[in-house]
Amino acid sequence: MSATYQAPVPANIEEEEIVYSKVTFWTRLRRHKGALIGIFALAVIVLAAIFAKQLSPFNPDYIDNVHWQGNPLPPCFQDASLCGGHLLGTDEVGRDLLSRLLFGARASLQVGIFAVLIEIIIGTSLGAVAGYYGGWVDWILMRITDVFLSIPLLPLLLVLTAIVASSSSKAALSFQVIVLIIGALSWPTMARLVRASFLTLREREFAEAARAVGNNDFRIIFRHLLPNAVAPIVVQSTLDVANVIITESILSFLGFGIQPPTASWGNMLANAQANLQIAWWAAVFPGLCILVTVLSINYIGDGLRDALDPNMK
Amino acid sequence: MVRRTLQAIPLLILISVILFVILNNAPGGPLAPYLQNPHITPADIARLKHNLGLDQPLPVRYLKWLWMVLHGDLGYSTSNSQPVMQAILERMPATLELTITSFVVSVAIGLAAGIFSAVRPYSFADYFITTFAFFGQSMPVFWFALMLQLGLAVHGIPLPGGYQIQLPSAGLSNGSDTFNLGDRIVHLILPTMVLALLNLALYSRFMRSSLLEVTKTDYMRTAAAKGLDGRTILFKHGLKNALIPVVTILALSLPGLVAGAIVTETIFAWPGAGRMFFTALQQSDIALMMGYLLLVAVFVVFSNLLADVVYAWLDPRVKYD
Repeated sequence: MSATYQAPVPANIEEEEIVYSKVTFWTRLRRHKGALIGIFALAVIVLAAIFAKQLSPFNPDYIDNVHWQGNPLPPCFQDASLCGGHLLGTDEVGRDLLSRLLFGARASLQVGIFAVLIEIIIGTSLGAVAGYYGGWVDWILMRITDVFLSIPLLPLLLVLTAIVASSSSKAALSFQVIVLIIGALSWPTMARLVRASFLTLREREFAEAARAVGNNDFRIIFRHLLPNAVAPIVVQSTLDVANVIITESILSFLGFGIQPPTASWGNMLANAQANLQIAWWAAVFPGLCILVTVLSINYIGDGLRDALDPNMK
Repeated sequence: MVRRTLQAIPLLILISVILFVILNNAPGGPLAPYLQNPHITPADIARLKHNLGLDQPLPVRYLKWLWMVLHGDLGYSTSNSQPVMQAILERMPATLELTITSFVVSVAIGLAAGIFSAVRPYSFADYFITTFAFFGQSMPVFWFALMLQLGLAVHGIPLPGGYQIQLPSAGLSNGSDTFNLGDRIVHLILPTMVLALLNLALYSRFMRSSLLEVTKTDYMRTAAAKGLDGRTILFKHGLKNALIPVVTILALSLPGLVAGAIVTETIFAWPGAGRMFFTALQQSDIALMMGYLLLVAVFVVFSNLLADVVYAWLDPRVKYD
């Protein structure tokens, strides 16, 4: 490796001191090629999810008894005579893969968005209260946060979903339950982040001014301080949507997430391993959808971070 | 530092209380496996409850449990028919073999890639590596595992001359009683690649940004002004400082290996503790789930502590009160 050090050219001072406004936000975001591609790809996926019903060639739960003979049907580009009109083939019980992918997009995106909304509500409130009041309130809230950060998320999620499943049946793991469990356990990072911003924000002049004029704490926290902490919250929640989508897919893959017949990209892969030898398409396409979605969201998050605050880590 | 170590104790107690409450409020509780057995009458259940002390109030049960745990007894695993401690210890070697190998692989490749791309920022190689790292971080691990199995285990890659690369995709070894190093390594390749991927991507991104940050500092410029050669500056002044935050990330990423191991071991039928946890989960083996989660929590708290200690040790400017 011919690694060597070269002193960097001093940064342009003017550029470093740009006060960020909406104008620089958009110019910065536009300069981030990854984010632009990400926005485009995600837009396509979101549209596909919204119009899943119109775009699907088949009902996602329909079992094609006419063509399906016990083995998954291949995609049409592989064998047009066998595919029976299923563009991307079928799964092991003869359901159209493309239609299930489109409806799976709904499940994945919705879980991502709603779970992160819950995370934002819990994380922001706890973090804001802890950072604003400090003292023993902060101490208690942060110890609770420590507890939840010390139990790895996946095993804990598995235990909770398994408990719900064993309380009646796996069908009890409805979409809402999954969203609630993931959202209710994902807030600690957000809480820490918001607390850190609030610790500095509460010392600023405008916070003192707001207090001096006689605003109550609630108003100061949510009207005066919170808008100034929006940048890191936006970046973190964007990246967390991607994390939640992966988490949901792992849970569903392991059988403790969204339950069939409802399609989710994760549960579509649950039986794919057993059929790896006879149906590569059932294993490849759902995962590809997860990868592209998560990659787009991560690139958008990266772009947002650069655009909102170049100094943020 | 001592204070920080002592703070870990109440934290662990709090974690154990929460886990205990969650798991013991599960339907059926620790007796769930017996409830499904048609040969066991409600009277038997009541007797078992009484004998095992399950009819006592939760706080009393917790204290009894804690007393047992402090004496190294994590209870009895119903799904393995052996003490939890023994069950976990028996599976630990396999888990350690997999996690340590993949940790070493991801550190070696991740740091090298990060340094490589930081010394030529915005070059083609840099873009290639950073894009690759981004892919790695966005990859659903279990799907990556399936794709490796599909490409390298099910079909195999044909080589000229009739040979082909085909790797085993399940288990620790081919099952023979004699130890065969080559066979063990071949079985280790795919699971290691899967478990290493995520951290590899994380480490390379972190190493890159940390080293880039350092190259902008005044002391690096001073070293260049003194006329030191580029290599010395980079490795002696640059890398040494750039590694400080990276080492912290290494310690903080250790807990992630636990979650990764559960998924990886399950997919590759790897006889480790993660796969055993997943089996316990499906069979409502409360004692084993509790024991596993507790050990994991101890591991996480210890890793965080390690990150703090190493950071303060490497960077004399950092002081903990």
